[in-house]
Amino acid sequence: MLMKVTDLKTHFFTTRGVVRGVDGVTFTLGKGEVLGLAGESGCGKSTLGYSLMRLVPPPGRIVEGSIQLGDLELTSMDESTFRREIRWKRISMIFQGAMNALNPVYTIGYQMMEPFKYHTEISEEDARERIARQLELVGLDPEITSRYPHELSGGMKQRVMIAMSLLLHPDLVIADEPTTALDVIVQAQIINLLKKLKKELVLSLIFITHDLSILAEISDRIAVMYAGKMIEIGDSKRIYEDPKHPYTQKLLSAIPKVHEKVERLEFIPGAPPNLANPPAGCRFHPRCPYATKICMEKEPERTVLDGSREVFCHNIPG
Amino acid sequence: MMEDIELRVEGLKKYFPIKRSIKSVLKREPPRFVKAVDEISFQIRKKQIFALVGESGCGKTTTGKLIMKLMEPTEGKIFLRGQDVSHLKSKEENLKYRKMVQMIYQDPFSSINPRFRVYDVLEEPLIIHRIGESRAEREEMIYHALELVRLTPPEEFVSRFPHMLSGGQRQRVAIARTMILNPEFVVADEPVSMLDVSIRAEILELLRKLRDDLGLTYLYITHDLSTARYFSDWIGVMYLGRIVEMGEVDRVIDNPLHPYTRALLEAVPEPEPDRKDVIKSIPIRGEVPSAVNIPEGCRFHPRCIYAKEGVCNTSHPKMTELEKDHHAECHFAGKI
Repeated sequence: MLMKVTDLKTHFFTTRGVVRGVDGVTFTLGKGEVLGLAGESGCGKSTLGYSLMRLVPPPGRIVEGSIQLGDLELTSMDESTFRREIRWKRISMIFQGAMNALNPVYTIGYQMMEPFKYHTEISEEDARERIARQLELVGLDPEITSRYPHELSGGMKQRVMIAMSLLLHPDLVIADEPTTALDVIVQAQIINLLKKLKKELVLSLIFITHDLSILAEISDRIAVMYAGKMIEIGDSKRIYEDPKHPYTQKLLSAIPKVHEKVERLEFIPGAPPNLANPPAGCRFHPRCPYATKICMEKEPERTVLDGSREVFCHNIPG
Repeated sequence: MMEDIELRVEGLKKYFPIKRSIKSVLKREPPRFVKAVDEISFQIRKKQIFALVGESGCGKTTTGKLIMKLMEPTEGKIFLRGQDVSHLKSKEENLKYRKMVQMIYQDPFSSINPRFRVYDVLEEPLIIHRIGESRAEREEMIYHALELVRLTPPEEFVSRFPHMLSGGQRQRVAIARTMILNPEFVVADEPVSMLDVSIRAEILELLRKLRDDLGLTYLYITHDLSTARYFSDWIGVMYLGRIVEMGEVDRVIDNPLHPYTRALLEAVPEPEPDRKDVIKSIPIRGEVPSAVNIPEGCRFHPRCIYAKEGVCNTSHPKMTELEKDHHAECHFAGKI
């Protein structure tokens, strides 16, 4: 096991009250495993990603829980050690929107040199060598180090971001919507690249997106979040073929498929709750077609189905 | 048959000139253009939904803007119900056209004035077009429009500001704003791409119901082939300013004839977990060239895996109807 997250809570202390962005999330991640993190916007999936990097923007902070990376406890580690030893070195991130994540006034090479400057002591020459190797790995010509971001296409920029996240050979890469702004062909190429890297580097990956079609293409396991909580987590094949939580079921039946004629898609009426004041009981109950009295009163406990799948629901439909 | 056609576009072109330096003017270099839309023709039958799909920069939004008359075409003609509307001169003509042809924008977070209440958002088009004699009459129309998009009860929504609405509700307000003028033709530019998957189907369903109830015709602009298949009747696939394949939606998607359409379809992710360890082969090479230097011959040939020297790089393919309601612009369509 590479990482173990237990009962993690990240709250935002705003002037209008406490927003429970991530509210008690537990999961594990194995070496070389891809965990797909799905959910609607505002469900806390990006906040969870930022929490693992300890980059939650104020007024948010991790209030409770533990993040274990190997034998290390990350939540209590002091910031300077975390920055020196963990961030970018052991855990790195591919940010949402590659277009804006690169600084437009510096060359690609200059920006890729930065992690080496702050985290390692290797010489500039060695660093150049490693940058070149990393760029080749993601299918780019090392010559682009002398270019500026605006000279590259969206797909190339995203490849640069991926190469950057891999520079210091991390164990875990958190990819936050890495393909959302890209065209479908480029998106497929990036997914292919991530699959290749996962295999060659035995990389662990947390892939965050709202798009369950993309997650199916790459994830070993799927975790579905709703209103700051995880509501179902398990083997990807099983979740797609036999989702147990009503939310997962609805989410999957809302996806239009290109190779299938569907007369009517389902949708989930209503909107996710305000996380400053989430509903009592199961947070999905106001939108759930199967909700009963207990759903409004009591938060559902974890139910483990056939060994590995966890579902949080009072009335797991057979 | 002709009365059946709501909108017809013929040889439509939009070139944007590139700003030249003093030096290039003095050297008498010819002016250069971004050929955003480069001679496209299509027609949309009444009460049909025509999807225009393509990657970013292919010219689909420019086409939408040309049809909305937000910009003048460089060449070509647009006919609405057989009437030439390519160049509207007077203000009255423009106003009349705008009432008939409305647009739904992609982003409901920026297409609605944040300082307007829902009531004001919906009243504005009525005031511009001088519809409704009295305030009471306008109010009734506003309530009706809100009911139409299922924001009920309307009393609860009229006094809200956009920030008090969810993304889906905002998009419904935007739809109500287009419907309040009773248009005939609606350009929907990526109306669901900013919304969560869980509510996309709901908005598309609503748009389809409005089409059925009000007899509307849509041009649906999107990059998403899956929703295009779900939502539309006809589809046109755009590449670098041209429609390269067009036809009845099931025919095009089940039996794509143009190599570009095939590559696009291959690339679409599907919720099939069995493919997680398979590296997908996407039958396309390189990247989209710039719309300034469009390749000679077939503009897709540098990226095409079937391209033949001496044919594809020299002569321009013609749009041909290869089967009923299915056209493609490729030298080897039907043979590859």
